[in-house]
Amino acid sequence: MEKKTYYTVFWIFISVVIASCSKIVSGRTDNIPALTPANIDLDAGSWKTILLQRPDTFAVATPAAINSPSYKAELNEIKGLQQHLTGEQKRMIQYWSAGSVLRWNEIMRELVAKYNLAPYQNPDGTYPAPNPNNPFAYPQFPFANPPYAARAFAYISAGQYDALVAAWHFKKLYNRPAAYAVDSSIQALVPKTTLPSYPSEDAVVAGVTVELMKLMFPAEIAFIQQKVDEEENARLLSGANVRSDIEAGEALGRQVAAVFVARARADHAGAAAGTSQIWSEMASNTASKGEIPWHSLELPDRPPMLPLFGNVTPFLFDSLTVIALRPGPPPSTGSDEFHQENVAAYNQIKNPTRDQERIVQYWADGIGTYTPPGHWNAIAAEDFIRENYSEVRWARNMALLNMTLMDAGIVCWNTKYYYFNPRPTQMIPAVKTLTGIPNFPSYISGHSTFSESAATILGHFIPANAAKYEAMSREAARSRFISGIHTQLDCDKGLEVGKKVGDFAVLRARQDGAE
Amino acid sequence: MKHIIQLIIILFLTVGWSANVLAQTEMDAIMMNKKQFCNGPAYMYSSWDHYWEGKLNRTNENLGRVSTQSIMYMAAYGINGKLNVLAGVPYLWTKASAGTLHGSRGLQDLSLFLKWKPLSETIGTNKIAVFALFGFSTPLTNYQIDYLPLTIGLGTTNAIMRGMVDFQHKRFSVTGSAAYIRRSNVKIDRSSYYDTQAHLTNEVEIPDAAQYQLRAGYRGKYLLAEALLTNWTTLGGFDITRNNMPFPSNRMNATTIGFALKYTVRSYTHLSLIAGSNYTLAGRNMGQATSYNAGIFYAFYFKQRQQQ
Repeated sequence: MEKKTYYTVFWIFISVVIASCSKIVSGRTDNIPALTPANIDLDAGSWKTILLQRPDTFAVATPAAINSPSYKAELNEIKGLQQHLTGEQKRMIQYWSAGSVLRWNEIMRELVAKYNLAPYQNPDGTYPAPNPNNPFAYPQFPFANPPYAARAFAYISAGQYDALVAAWHFKKLYNRPAAYAVDSSIQALVPKTTLPSYPSEDAVVAGVTVELMKLMFPAEIAFIQQKVDEEENARLLSGANVRSDIEAGEALGRQVAAVFVARARADHAGAAAGTSQIWSEMASNTASKGEIPWHSLELPDRPPMLPLFGNVTPFLFDSLTVIALRPGPPPSTGSDEFHQENVAAYNQIKNPTRDQERIVQYWADGIGTYTPPGHWNAIAAEDFIRENYSEVRWARNMALLNMTLMDAGIVCWNTKYYYFNPRPTQMIPAVKTLTGIPNFPSYISGHSTFSESAATILGHFIPANAAKYEAMSREAARSRFISGIHTQLDCDKGLEVGKKVGDFAVLRARQDGAE
Repeated sequence: MKHIIQLIIILFLTVGWSANVLAQTEMDAIMMNKKQFCNGPAYMYSSWDHYWEGKLNRTNENLGRVSTQSIMYMAAYGINGKLNVLAGVPYLWTKASAGTLHGSRGLQDLSLFLKWKPLSETIGTNKIAVFALFGFSTPLTNYQIDYLPLTIGLGTTNAIMRGMVDFQHKRFSVTGSAAYIRRSNVKIDRSSYYDTQAHLTNEVEIPDAAQYQLRAGYRGKYLLAEALLTNWTTLGGFDITRNNMPFPSNRMNATTIGFALKYTVRSYTHLSLIAGSNYTLAGRNMGQATSYNAGIFYAFYFKQRQQQ
């Protein structure tokens, strides 16, 4: 009797354990529905471009007529492909149907997270620098830290936007209907739209992105090319585009990318790492003003992160405006006011609550993550999904967001290295941080600047969410004080500067013809 | 004196990152007698300055030596000589000797085990016994999970199944056991993470784990002295990339060698003392920890009292 009971308990236990639910985790955007724009923005070809002089700077050839033999052959290709769709092909159609700008934004974030790793030191205590000409050697290029990521997001998003404005111009001009609209025997495996299909918007985005990714993530070309092939194939299989739609789109995208690549090569980012002479001059200049200069809190001493990123050419304003946006100095490092700021940081970290730890980790976006700019891209993307934007509006809003984040990064970095202000932990070593300490000067907080700039432009796009974004930005800023990374003043000033940068984006948004 | 105190011996296993604290009682071949209750605290100190980043053994000047200390309350009760219930609750605190990272502290996981000895045979001077153990553990507090290597635990709710065979020849004993640990997924504070790809969720799939132990030594009336060889293998997970931080779903493996001592005070058998140590020989995605533990336990004999 007793034994029987034990055996029963045993088998109940085993079956509960084995039957316990599957561990497979799905992401928030894995199974979202296909993009069905509320408005196809047919006139977006007239929206103001960022770098392109005109939407037709790069000509797109007149497509073959839909009654031509060559077009009919293209339709037959789709019909043949649609006869034997595999499960994997259907999954690809579903994945890419959620939106090209969205999916490429997610892929960018993934690569930023993968590459956001600080190099390990050399045996002599110096650090190797990632080399864009040899991206596969350790340390892999790039080190996708927050400024690097902000700039990569900005170029790729802005390039996508200009390429799509050009595409919309030609779509309206040539007015070629989608394959499924021409031939009713072709199934539409994505939602039908009246948007003209030539050139393919998906291929335009793929083309511009692959070219810019070669610059930003040169070790990932094979991975990116595989995504391009998947996307273009999905469009063919779905019955939305014929091959000539795709070829014309990809070619246009690649041409537009060249304009952005040329700008990127001349925007001073290549020199942002500085030299050992510049690093020591920054410290000695600060000391000569009677201020305690920042020093690295890493062991061994790591060179400061991109000290000349503040000289990179911004998108939304000129370089003189960067200097005008730089806030006044923090209190002198010798002053009681400064000391009290650091003491407040010390008092804060002594006994953090669990909720404070949660806030810190939620916003930390440190090593191995998609960085604060990536976090704001994620926030934006997940809200944009609900807005049913057209691809071109998706691209426009992402471009504005990311130009804002990049320019916020430029002003913030400019400020950080201008004042070269020490962190609370440098002033009071007992300030133990609740997350990894960043390797650059304290004043002003990068998280705060990035967040408030993003919240400002996002609140403009979706006014119903403005209060939510504002609250998130405040929380992101507060997370840096709670974690012991920043003084309250660093965070407050960061929010101030972020707001000003965001306002430039709002101004542009009001004038670009999309509203 | 029929009632040899069947005391609790504690071993802190896999104290590499997160100080997964497991009670040795669920791995030894000692049973409590009927209506015997034993309980007490044990202290553990574990530390490492080398760790495995994937398979690469390295140090980190920004961590220095990472230490974990814990005080664990343990209790065991004999429902009868063949079925025992064991429970444990540890409080942990962690610290890094260098760098700027803040330590953690808090109550970790409650663990409960049913220990069952369905078979035991005596053949001359040899004894052989078979055990089955069913365990459950779950976090008692909502502690931070995604703060390796300074978190106090991995936050999983676990179901543990262990089979064990014990052989005793006179005072010499050998015990072998194998366990399967079914681990729940966990939710972290972030809304996204990257392991070998991006995940847009706060839920992390934690691979299950296996654990094996071989122990052998002297099993006397008052003194137990055993050598231990223990292996923890995570059945899945990924390697930490170069100079990255560890993550809860890493493939954490460790092989440790150590010893465990238990002494029952001859003149006052209610009281027992334990001590032990473990050293990590090999590992992956874990700290190369050395740990020491000591405890003191008090036993009650309810049955005996009734007889009086």
